[in-house]
Amino acid sequence: MALINESFFSAEGLEKRLAGKKFWKVMMTEYWIPKDINFLWALGVVLATTFGILVISGIFLMMYYKPDTALAFDSVNYTIMQEVAFGWLFRHMHGVAASVVFLIIYIHMFTGIYYGSYKKGREMIWISGMLLFVTFSAGGFSGYMLPWGQMSYWAAAVITNLFAGGSLEAWGLVEWIRGGFAVNDATLTRFFMLHVFLLPLVIIGVIVFHFYTLRIPHVNNQDADDIDYDAEAEKYLAGNKAESKVIPFWPVFLSKDFAVLSVFLIFYFFLVFNNYNFAMDPVNFDPANDMKTPAHIYPEWYFLWSYETLRGPFFDMLGMKAGDIGLIIFGLAQVIFLVFPFLDKDPDILPAHKRPKFFIWFWIMIIDLLVLSVYGKLPPTGANAWVGFGATAVFILLWVMLPIITKMDAKKRGAL
Amino acid sequence: MSNTNRRDFLGMSFAAVAAVGGAASLVGMKQAWDPLPSVLAAGFTTVDLASIGLVPGEPQTFKWRGKPIFILEKTAEMAAYDGDLVLGDKRYTVAIGLCTHLGCIPAWKKDVWKCACHGGEFDATGKQTFGPPPKPLVTPPFSVNGTVLTLGEEGAESKAMMAARA
Repeated sequence: MALINESFFSAEGLEKRLAGKKFWKVMMTEYWIPKDINFLWALGVVLATTFGILVISGIFLMMYYKPDTALAFDSVNYTIMQEVAFGWLFRHMHGVAASVVFLIIYIHMFTGIYYGSYKKGREMIWISGMLLFVTFSAGGFSGYMLPWGQMSYWAAAVITNLFAGGSLEAWGLVEWIRGGFAVNDATLTRFFMLHVFLLPLVIIGVIVFHFYTLRIPHVNNQDADDIDYDAEAEKYLAGNKAESKVIPFWPVFLSKDFAVLSVFLIFYFFLVFNNYNFAMDPVNFDPANDMKTPAHIYPEWYFLWSYETLRGPFFDMLGMKAGDIGLIIFGLAQVIFLVFPFLDKDPDILPAHKRPKFFIWFWIMIIDLLVLSVYGKLPPTGANAWVGFGATAVFILLWVMLPIITKMDAKKRGAL
Repeated sequence: MSNTNRRDFLGMSFAAVAAVGGAASLVGMKQAWDPLPSVLAAGFTTVDLASIGLVPGEPQTFKWRGKPIFILEKTAEMAAYDGDLVLGDKRYTVAIGLCTHLGCIPAWKKDVWKCACHGGEFDATGKQTFGPPPKPLVTPPFSVNGTVLTLGEEGAESKAMMAARA
């Protein structure tokens, strides 16, 4: 090591020791972003900010929350909501951010699907992003248990029951996850640990990895133009900013990002102060009761589509029990998006409007997910059960069709 | 060459010790999540059918191991079934009141148990008649002494009921 003689207590001494300028250059002023992008490219920073809001509001909630079945409900609904200064604000910020973060994740995800930002070098960006979706889902589920209301308890009962694997009857696994015969105090405390420690730790790690996966292939752009980043960066640094196809992450890209972020935060705080009720289910203001299932239970809106695939098949077929079929489709729905890059057989990266059949596939998928979400909230009786069944069948069919229609698009273009 | 072998041996020894230690740690961590002895020990509940004021056709619910237990005295109109508990001239349905689909508690509506979660239905004997439940309501292990049921203690009656329902 080269010994450093400059004083520790001087700007150049610190610079010698930490190389902050170099670090800033690599991470910020010489991290290149294409110019040909729109506001949808700002959602990564919006998500990072929302995660920050979740962490900060969570820290304040954690200082009064009690992970004990006898105390949890009152610690939230009395202590935090009524006694702690701004406790209500932290709770509503946390609850609304947890809900809104999924809205942005879904838009972020479907932006990637629309523009084909998951192939030819960008597979790892997609996979790490889907891992974040899975870990955020686990975070949402474990956090929902903490207020220990009726919805908390019954959501926990139903979701842990999934691990019995239907006809596999793996009750030992369910009782291990719960630490008891039913959802109980041990269950609450271990999910508290997962929610406030292990999951955030994993999420932070995967976020760093997700950012890193972008570094080599760079972000995609609106026309999927293959940019020579070294050449374009050189132009920019030589002062040829108008001609260059790229801009530095800081200050140029982030200044636009902050504009989008500001609009998002206005929307977010509008919800926090004026419309927080959508994230505060009234049923969850009844304390947990293990002897009474609420008349109608449903998950938060962001889990509704996959919940509906679980109950979509409501009759036995193909020699299998209805519940098992639902469980298999539900399990598939959790992981199928992970392998998206490998189901798209089109060798070109193009936005969906330049891939005619894929364009139709894309919008049918969005409509189908919306239908599943709406019917996931309605009671599963009569015609509702059939709509749910139909939408689940369409969901499966879309995945079967994906490799076929992407290949057809490519053939027509002459790429295959 | 002998140097390389010595290093290989060291490397493999290190890996073996680390693997054994890692596996042992996983076993310990797994056991830390098992139900506690106190939870397992508190698993018995007694119910005296003669003193709970059962009305035929109206089930009552009891709590055993944090789960609801449905006890229904059948009316004359309700079909007799091999899986019933028969005491004298009375027939009873005794079942864990958790939907066999995903564990919600079905509610008694006139003559069926209806589950609010995913729409499953069970008739008065506990057999599934609609929706996703893959099998009838489960019979809990219990023993019978006169009119007293001890839930959690496997007896001949509950064994016979489980066999009839399998």
